[in-house]
Amino acid sequence: MDLEEQANIARLVESGQKDRMVAMLGMPNPASTRMVAMTLQEGDPSYAGPLAGIPLGLPVYHILEDQVRQIIDPAVYENEVGPMEFVLDGAAISKALDAGR
Amino acid sequence: MIDLKGKLVLCLGERDGIAAPALQACVESAGAEVIYTETQCFV
Repeated sequence: MDLEEQANIARLVESGQKDRMVAMLGMPNPASTRMVAMTLQEGDPSYAGPLAGIPLGLPVYHILEDQVRQIIDPAVYENEVGPMEFVLDGAAISKALDAGR
Repeated sequence: MIDLKGKLVLCLGERDGIAAPALQACVESAGAEVIYTETQCFV
């Protein structure tokens, strides 16, 4: 997650209603998914960005998780996620997120 | 099962994965309100 994106998210959270906020990720692999999840929950692990040392604690989900897919309109999911569901390793991505929960 | 109804969602996509507009369409179909979208590209 780049520095500008971290700053944007920090501003959004500071504006209030953090209790209603959730992050939905579309990263292509477990490592990038885990890195973004850590940044949004515990703060920037590289200590380089605006979220360094700021544990936002946001709930983080990935669009390929089963618990997410179950609540999305099947037609929309098929149209928007479609073949990428079979290209990306959803199970490994889910496991990476579960490890941090 | 999670419930996104009434939630404010930040959609963080990536060009090599799922892009943010696709995430937005999905979560809006589940009753969420999207407040931020960003698609990262590392090329």
